[in-house]
Amino acid sequence: MALPEQKQTLTETRLSGLSVPEGGWAEPARRDALARLRAMGLSTRRDEYWKYTRPDTLTAPEPEAAEVFDDSDEPQLFSERNGLKIVFTDGVFDEGASDALELDGVRIDRLAETSDIHWARDVYGVLEARGQAPVQRPLAAFNTAFATDGVLIHVTGRPSRPIHLIYRRSGNAADAVLHHVVKVDAGACATILETGPAAARLNSGMEVEIADTGTLHHVRAQGRDHERRAATHVFARLGRESVFKSFTLTANGTLTRNECVIELTGDDAVAHVAGACMGDGDFHHDDTVFVTHDAVNCESRQVFKKVLRNGAVGVFQGKILVQPGAQKTDGYQISQALLLDEDSQFLAKPELEIYADDVACSHGSTSGAIDEDSLFYLRARGVPRGEAEDLMTIAFIAEAVLEIEDEDLQSDINDRVAAWLARRRT
Amino acid sequence: MLEIKNLHVKLEEEDKQILKGVNLTVEAGKVHAIMGPNGSGKSTLSYVLSGRDGYEVTEGTATLDGVDILDMDPEERAAAGLFLAFQYPVEIPGVGNMTFLRTAVNAQRKARGEEEMSSTEFLKTIRARAKDLKIDQDMLKRPVNVGFSGGEKKRNEILQMAMLEPRMCILDETDSGLDVDAMKLVADGVNALRSEGRGFLVITHYQRLLDHIKPDVVHIMSNGRIIKTGGPELALEVENQGYEHLKAEEA
Ligand SMILES: Nc1ncnc2c1ncn2[C@@H]1O[C@H](COP(=O)(O)OP(=O)(O)OP(=O)(O)O)[C@@H](O)[C@H]1O
Ligand SMILES: [Mg+2]
Repeated sequence: MALPEQKQTLTETRLSGLSVPEGGWAEPARRDALARLRAMGLSTRRDEYWKYTRPDTLTAPEPEAAEVFDDSDEPQLFSERNGLKIVFTDGVFDEGASDALELDGVRIDRLAETSDIHWARDVYGVLEARGQAPVQRPLAAFNTAFATDGVLIHVTGRPSRPIHLIYRRSGNAADAVLHHVVKVDAGACATILETGPAAARLNSGMEVEIADTGTLHHVRAQGRDHERRAATHVFARLGRESVFKSFTLTANGTLTRNECVIELTGDDAVAHVAGACMGDGDFHHDDTVFVTHDAVNCESRQVFKKVLRNGAVGVFQGKILVQPGAQKTDGYQISQALLLDEDSQFLAKPELEIYADDVACSHGSTSGAIDEDSLFYLRARGVPRGEAEDLMTIAFIAEAVLEIEDEDLQSDINDRVAAWLARRRT
Repeated sequence: MLEIKNLHVKLEEEDKQILKGVNLTVEAGKVHAIMGPNGSGKSTLSYVLSGRDGYEVTEGTATLDGVDILDMDPEERAAAGLFLAFQYPVEIPGVGNMTFLRTAVNAQRKARGEEEMSSTEFLKTIRARAKDLKIDQDMLKRPVNVGFSGGEKKRNEILQMAMLEPRMCILDETDSGLDVDAMKLVADGVNALRSEGRGFLVITHYQRLLDHIKPDVVHIMSNGRIIKTGGPELALEVENQGYEHLKAEEA
């Protein structure tokens, strides 16, 4: 099927001057991805999947500049969690700032290295390609084709420390394309932390293959920079009795589109994806999640909370697809926005598509202001209005934060949210 | 201590006058009770005094120790020593009872320029107070009032009062929904706080609470006004004869 001309032009304009990194084990996968991208074309506003979010600044040849935000008023997030630091500056691995890529129970390589990494071949671009149906994700194919850096993380045991990917910025107009691949072996368990804004414009992808009985915890915070834009994709495939828990905190950022695509392919697997976002003013945040149940007795939860003020916009598109035979599916999805004023907006499209009869799926979406009765109750006990609102805001996002298993990480996130709110009260 | 003069209050949203000239003075160290038929304006009075939105004072004043409270924010009134035990305590999902109380205690202290309570002191105090009210540790950890039974909510109000040590306590039907034993606990909680410098305004429908918390003065409110004031015997009179004869007397 030929692409509409406008789409073709958009795509070729973006591709002109770009070339797939040559050599190495990933090149065939990259070429396949480029072919996929050419066949589908980059997204436009007319695409149903981009109805609530304008993709133009994400697909334009050049990124819009974004001032680098000085966040030195706070210590590095998760710095007390003793993670193995892997630093990228403007999307480029920063060896000097990183720890040696050595940790017990895990093998870490750079994507940019050309030596053959057998296991990664079976994942790189593979999960992304699977995630292209039933909806197309051209920016993810772009990512596979052109990613310039990233890490390949093979979890073989139970690393004693988390792996901490730190994304710093230096230039005002950097355009980063990062791709990570994570493979978790049977019985293995690891925690991956990601912090920072990465670039003026970021396109990032993470493919996660979890073998039977493997576990991966993923906690991410996308920095505090205001004008930056990001399109991210997480693709995860889960085997029998495996567990994947992913949480994302987004504070600020002109545009963020976080897509998460999960396939539950082994019985009794558990996948939780959660997110909390804090938007003030020029802020558009889109969580687009697609969970496919294709095995028996799996559990999935999608918990997304958005705190919006001064005209900030939140979007949630979430789907649970239960394939024939995926009996005893337990699917839960909630998306809620707390609108701190009347200028802010929440757009939600929750979807269920179920082809099995013995399933329990629920979904809900709400948006509203802070409850006046609760506010009065708190104030009548002497808690000043601002503080009472903050308490209630933190309570509002609690359900999402509680999806993080580790309590220290939970409190790290809560502290950041409290600080974000406090800065807006002074 | 609490002085209410000729207080007229209407609803902000509608043209409905609810309080039509309330006069009432509670002296330090005294317990005053208010009784009155449903809808007579008792809760409205308690809300207006504590600063809830939605009401408009059209006439009259209310002062605490001579200071006008009607222009203050609710939190300022609380810091000034006013406390309302709600007729319907509010459930706040996601906010832990303990966190809530510590925040409240310290916010009030801060507003008064006092030192914050240390966590050890706070824990010690709340454990002791909770024990007196037979509130278990689990309830302290749960979100504010969420999943509490009617009686547990009321006991939680008294726990808050005991922690905050307000100087002017208003209790709005704290006895409703309580079983006999819980009523005794609540009354003991209140009596333990009775002191020279503290005033109480106890809203109730039943003589039974007043058997435990002996009032100095009893007021009858009807149709937005105090229509009669007397001693504890007035409560007994209401218990036996209802309000009709009092309303008739007034008219
Ligand atoms: N926000 C409101 N909107 C509409 N009507 C109100 C509102 N608040 C109070 N009222 C009305 O004002 C009147 C007094 O109500 P209030 O709750 O003060 O009575 P009360 O004496 O506490 O009654 P009860 O003994 O049943 O608790 C009632 O007619 C009530 O319906
Ligand atoms: Mg009432």
